Amino acid sequence: MGALSRRVKPGHPGYWAAVLQRLSGLLLALFLPAHFALLGAGLHSTEGLDEALAWTRSPLVRVAEAGLVTALALHVAGGVRLLLLEFLGWHAIQKSLFSLACGLATATGLLFALNNF
Amino acid sequence: MKSRESKPNGFLEVSIWRGAEEGAFQHFQVPRRESQTVLDVVTYIQRHLDPTLAYRFACRVGVCGSCAMKVNGIARWTCRTHVSAVATTGPLEIAPLDHLPRLRDLVCDMGPFFEKWKQARGAFVPGAVPETGFAAIDPDSPARRQVEAGIECIGCGICYSECDTVAWRPEYLGPAALNRAWTLQNDERDGAHRKRLQAVAGDAGCHACHNQLSCNERCPKKLSPAAAIAGLKRASAVAALKGRL
Amino acid sequence: MNRARLETWLWLINRGSALLLVPLVAAHLAGMILAVRGGLSASEILERTRDNLLLAAFYGAFLLLAGLHGALGLRGFLAETLGWRSKSVDTAAAVLASLLVILGGRALWALYHAA
Ligand code: FES
Repeated sequence: MGALSRRVKPGHPGYWAAVLQRLSGLLLALFLPAHFALLGAGLHSTEGLDEALAWTRSPLVRVAEAGLVTALALHVAGGVRLLLLEFLGWHAIQKSLFSLACGLATATGLLFALNNF
Repeated sequence: MKSRESKPNGFLEVSIWRGAEEGAFQHFQVPRRESQTVLDVVTYIQRHLDPTLAYRFACRVGVCGSCAMKVNGIARWTCRTHVSAVATTGPLEIAPLDHLPRLRDLVCDMGPFFEKWKQARGAFVPGAVPETGFAAIDPDSPARRQVEAGIECIGCGICYSECDTVAWRPEYLGPAALNRAWTLQNDERDGAHRKRLQAVAGDAGCHACHNQLSCNERCPKKLSPAAAIAGLKRASAVAALKGRL
Repeated sequence: MNRARLETWLWLINRGSALLLVPLVAAHLAGMILAVRGGLSASEILERTRDNLLLAAFYGAFLLLAGLHGALGLRGFLAETLGWRSKSVDTAAAVLASLLVILGGRALWALYHAA
């Protein structure tokens, strides 16, 4: 299509909200099978689950967990924003709603991290 | 005409797309003036520097919708866009709209854009004439207000150019056509509500929209096509629940 | 079913499941933050979940809704970002949803029936 269409468009809050909604959703969809596999590890014995849980004690996994909690909170808060837009037509305050969603998600992630470390 | 122009105040560095689908940016220097619009810049280049430059305009006052171009990456109505508002210091880059066939320089083929208005049944279809002979419509009724909110579209194609969903799904009808459909769905006198809803529901229509809101953000008339699209989503959901879609 | 009706129903399912998931996720997150204080042991988890019908029902509903919602989201991603536009994308989404529900169901079973 030529050099023209490859230029990235400048974004704006509504655009970034949509991008984050999709990325967080994708991340959660990829994480769920792992989450279920881990919890299912206790199917035959408590030791099985304990072994699986031991793996989650590594610092790297803990940071990833906090990230996932943030992603989940963001996806839900951003999702509520979308429902308010689509069902109630609150387009006029969509940017404030986006800020609110980001704030709530950050707070949730921090709360989880503080409790977990 | 000349005598009315303010004194030039330095030079603007301007890059303009030349060619069709394939092409390149060409560089020009244009005298910077006070209250200069982007359209003034393009016109200056065509009149003084290169008469072969192709571009469109008609009214110069934001009514006809023919002067839309991408200015530094964002689609804008160039006749109402002051250079000072988009390029205070840096250079100016002017390109044709996205998602439409490029014919020459800054001119796109708007055919596919308006073809989608037709597909969305964007034309008024007279319904049954009421017994009184005319439809009395309360200007404050919710439906009339919905019409009011969307009716000022000038068909410039800016929302269509800015929308990612159009890029992802080339058959997507786009914000302008759907906005038009929503104004007609709220017109009591129109007799094609059901057929139009069938035409605009689905993944080529309102359900493809992800609320990126670039249409709302960039619409020069400050309309809210995204709100119209949400209205269509709700209306088609209600119709589907009632088994009437 | 025509395309317009199909997409309208899928949109309704996606938004409907989202609406129902909001309180469920909120409760899940609150539970996680309160329960995970410096890490959980398997016996701590299983003590709470074993033979707990209420919890099993809660997570059973959560699982079905999340499976639906996630599969529909992935379907959009596959169609738009990866350009998978043929009808087979619907089958792929259905398979993904089933896999999620089966895997999640297995986990639920393990937690409920823990020895
Ligand atoms: S020239 Fe008519 S809107 Fe710009």
